Amino acid sequence: MLYTALSSLISHWRRRPGQLTMLAIGLALATALWSGVQAINAEARAAYDRAAATLGQDQLSRLVSATGRPVPTEDFIALRNAGYLVSPVISGELRDGNGRLRLLGIDPLTAPAAAQGPALDTEVDLAAFFTEPGLLLVDEATANGPLPDGIPPVVVSDGVPPAAAITDISTAARLLGQTDPSYLLVAPTQPFGLPPIAGATDLRIVAPNEANDISRLTDSFHLNLTAFGLLSFGVGLFIVNAAIGLAFEQRRATIRTLRALGTPLRTILLALGLELALIAIVAGLIGILLGYLIAAALMPGVAGTLRGLYGAEIEGVLAFSPYWALSALFITLLGAAAAAVQAMIRTAKMSLLAPAMPRAWAQASRRAITLQAAVAIVLFVVAAGLALFGQGLIAAFACLAALLIGAALTLPALMIIALKFIPGRTAFGEWVLADTRQQIPGLSLALMALLLALSANIGVSTMVGSFRTTFVGWLDQRLASELYVTASDPTEAALLMDAIRPDVDAILPIVSAELTLFDQPAEVFGVIDHPTYRQAWPLLAEDENPWDAVATGNAALINEQLARRENLSPGDILPLAGGLPIVGIYSDYGNPIGQAIISLGRFSETFPNVQPSRFAIRIDPSEAPAMASRLREEFGLPAEAVTNQDQVKAFSIAVFDQTFRVTGALNILTLGVAGIALLTSLLTLASLRLPQLAPLWAIGTTRARLAWVELARSLGLAVLTFLFALPVGLVLAWILLALVNVEAFGWRLPLSLFPGDWVRLFGLALLAAGLAALGPAVRLARMPPARLTQIFAQER
Amino acid sequence: MRTLFALLLMLTQAQAQGFAGLGTDAEGFAVPQPDPAFTFPADHGPHPEYRIEWWYLTATLQGPDGTDYGVQWTLFRSALTPDTAEGWTAPQLFMGHAGLTTPEGHFYAERLARGGIGQAGVTAEPFRAFIDDWRMASTTTGGDALDALTLTARGESFAYALDLTAQGPLVFHGDAGFSVKSAEGQASYYYSQPFYTVMGTLDLPGGDIPVTGTAWLDREWSSQPLSEDQSGWDWFSLQFEDGARLMAFGLRSDSGGTFTSATWIEPDGTTQGYSDGHVALTALANTDVAGRMIPTEWQLTFAERGVDIRTTPVNPQSWMDTSFPYWEGPITFTGTHDGRGYLEMTGYE
Repeated sequence: MLYTALSSLISHWRRRPGQLTMLAIGLALATALWSGVQAINAEARAAYDRAAATLGQDQLSRLVSATGRPVPTEDFIALRNAGYLVSPVISGELRDGNGRLRLLGIDPLTAPAAAQGPALDTEVDLAAFFTEPGLLLVDEATANGPLPDGIPPVVVSDGVPPAAAITDISTAARLLGQTDPSYLLVAPTQPFGLPPIAGATDLRIVAPNEANDISRLTDSFHLNLTAFGLLSFGVGLFIVNAAIGLAFEQRRATIRTLRALGTPLRTILLALGLELALIAIVAGLIGILLGYLIAAALMPGVAGTLRGLYGAEIEGVLAFSPYWALSALFITLLGAAAAAVQAMIRTAKMSLLAPAMPRAWAQASRRAITLQAAVAIVLFVVAAGLALFGQGLIAAFACLAALLIGAALTLPALMIIALKFIPGRTAFGEWVLADTRQQIPGLSLALMALLLALSANIGVSTMVGSFRTTFVGWLDQRLASELYVTASDPTEAALLMDAIRPDVDAILPIVSAELTLFDQPAEVFGVIDHPTYRQAWPLLAEDENPWDAVATGNAALINEQLARRENLSPGDILPLAGGLPIVGIYSDYGNPIGQAIISLGRFSETFPNVQPSRFAIRIDPSEAPAMASRLREEFGLPAEAVTNQDQVKAFSIAVFDQTFRVTGALNILTLGVAGIALLTSLLTLASLRLPQLAPLWAIGTTRARLAWVELARSLGLAVLTFLFALPVGLVLAWILLALVNVEAFGWRLPLSLFPGDWVRLFGLALLAAGLAALGPAVRLARMPPARLTQIFAQER
Repeated sequence: MRTLFALLLMLTQAQAQGFAGLGTDAEGFAVPQPDPAFTFPADHGPHPEYRIEWWYLTATLQGPDGTDYGVQWTLFRSALTPDTAEGWTAPQLFMGHAGLTTPEGHFYAERLARGGIGQAGVTAEPFRAFIDDWRMASTTTGGDALDALTLTARGESFAYALDLTAQGPLVFHGDAGFSVKSAEGQASYYYSQPFYTVMGTLDLPGGDIPVTGTAWLDREWSSQPLSEDQSGWDWFSLQFEDGARLMAFGLRSDSGGTFTSATWIEPDGTTQGYSDGHVALTALANTDVAGRMIPTEWQLTFAERGVDIRTTPVNPQSWMDTSFPYWEGPITFTGTHDGRGYLEMTGYE
């Protein structure tokens, strides 16, 4: 019985392969975008975990100095001599024109088991590891990538984080020019009979979860991706819902016949369920494959984004996980079930003798639309409340979600109201408007999908565009020096600076140190007193004469990120170099970590071992090229060691663009899915609407004219949707800039408008709607008159 | 990394095969030469030009109720190159082992450190060997630096602090301190202070235990300690009731033979060295220790001295599960002579 029911139901798909394809595409696309985003997130998280586990950051407490400076080696020795099991780590970044590498110099002799690093005990030549020139353990991708010059031999070892090298502390000390440990790792179990370590040292204990900050920093980005994935999944399910609804309507007669022949309702429902599960599994598998391809294609971009925005390193290569595939398939089945539940309930409730009413499903009642509008108003209130009073990233995203869903739910009501204001003029015009109104419930899901895709597109592109405009303007101000020079070491830098001093307007040494501020990694720069800074550094908040105060050595400037994160404002004290009052806050776009600026004199006192090896040159712009070639030729600097302003700007902007490439790609994909949703809905309606069109044809309207009307109507609805999407998108952009950005990145950006982008998007929306409507319209134009005549002869 | 130091030691041994003669080997390490002339206190200190060296103390102790205890304190030095340096680059590595054996339990701990930064090291004057808070330091004001020592160590669940006083002179093994380790001529410099009396305290989770007893300090350094086919050794230090001492070891070769060596020490410190073949070591009973069958009861016969004894461990599970694992613990013996001693067995992996 089940077999008979199943085979007669499935025969429907044999007759309508296009419909089956549509259903499969919807499911596959929903699965693909969702699972692709999940794969990317999982891969990135795994990379963070690997990085954290490498030095036991996920398990081990650390000791850091209260000033944020390196821990004196004597403090380490004193703790060891008192019996405490602590292990030193010297970490820092090695960077030159060729590449960069994060160095983790460990002491394998004292490192607790959790921090021993990979493969030291089996494959590595230990004598070489411990003695000069030392060995660098790196992962395979890092070994094959660009690396700084003059580094010790590298050995490939699994489990080293990307763009990082594990090495002996002696090697790290030599390469980084830092002899004191950056921090000490504390073994979880200390020897018998010792008092707690906290009482034995002035160093500060940082708990393991506080030390590992990168996954918290990047949470916002992954939440962002997840939101996009969810949006795409939802849009994909619109397609599935439309396709299943259509199939249900078209098979009413089959089901009625089966029931009349005595097939129990349960068997029919079971058959429908089995059929859907089968399709969902096949489509899900295709979707997983697609999702994997999408994720693999986006992964390098994601890696670029994470590096650019957060300094987090992931491989940019995707691994396949069966667990991921299974969970994606499960989500597909769940989604298909959700999309089918309405049709199943109708089948279950269908009375045995009810006539087939193919259009009934498409005619949602006016009451439903009113209800939707009421829910939407509630959602708008929620969104406004969250925007005003919400705290944190989740609240910001919840605000976004409430706004978008609310906007989507309002759409049908707004469409109907808008159509009332369009004059019909002729009887045919009146019919077209009335017919359009009648179609809106059937098209509403697809139009909602289009609205969501368009709003997201406008919102995100406005956000990215505003960011880019601000960023470029800020770069112009900030990169005021004409030339930037990197010497191979501080001695060479000092010689160079002395040699060229008479021939340039000013030399600005660039010197920085890494430290810990408020338990988070941060950096501090030392600057000389020069008008360049006063003119070029836009300050968001300042005391009187901030640069004069900095020049005295007794004040500091901090970046916006640090100020927002720690809620600091001018007048507060920064715990650096014994405590310095904050006299100003500067914007520092694109920097993931906190930053402070103090005078060069104060810097040298605080970090006596750090000497500048980079400096910037102020010179008449017309003389800059000559000075650059002089530095290269006379002093033998490699080409990449002397860069001019334009090169630095171009590089920064390239990093910026790379950063938002993934967002752009996801945006386009979502719009594509929305286009397919519209196409599915139109195809569904096209065959159902013949009873409406046949009378018009019969009273003399040509098929071609009817087809044009169909096409124009689709375009008109797309225009209406776009007009509604525009304000929604702008509100979305405002939420992204004023709420999400501040929570996620720590900076706030001014909103800029890009009407050019809207025109382009408007064109895209018309194109999507036009393409979606073209097929059904052409079919109508070419429909054999006999088919239209049949309408009158058949019940359906 | 657990096996790090073991690998370093193996590295030492593997590379040690390139014997280049003239007092140094192929890597530039010094090689022990016959007829050594020791100068003290300098030779109590480190010899960085040799690959490997140790300060090795074992103590057989008794609590107030007569319970037997054993304590081990060892500092190994292993050189990557025959140089010294200050700072992280120092090529001298140190490894400390501490053991505390009771009839019911065996506690041990291990520490690793590099020299040159002050975490571990040895100074001859004043004599002090240390790693972290473990210390073996001279407390004398006159005489030999090793005549009186204070000794501390600490592990995850034990600690001890002992004071040692020597009741006799230093003794030199082999040929005046040149101790041959194989028929091919591998050798080390080797002397001992076997005459300590001990007072001190053992700290255990159950409480402190005051102890008294005797102890034996070994000093040994070399650049090529074992022959290629030698897989391990069984080493005995024995104290007879009449005050005489015996050091005896057997180096087992892969081919099944054993290279033995012994030093008979009269109560006044007069020594006589015995080369291969004078002492016979026979394993009598094995114990399953950490999944290995280890001979924990031995028969030791030494015809020239009329010795035929059977040794029994205070705790057969005296397993040091350190970077390179081995058995080390206090023993008692009966037979022609009664007494106490220490047994070390390596190479049962």
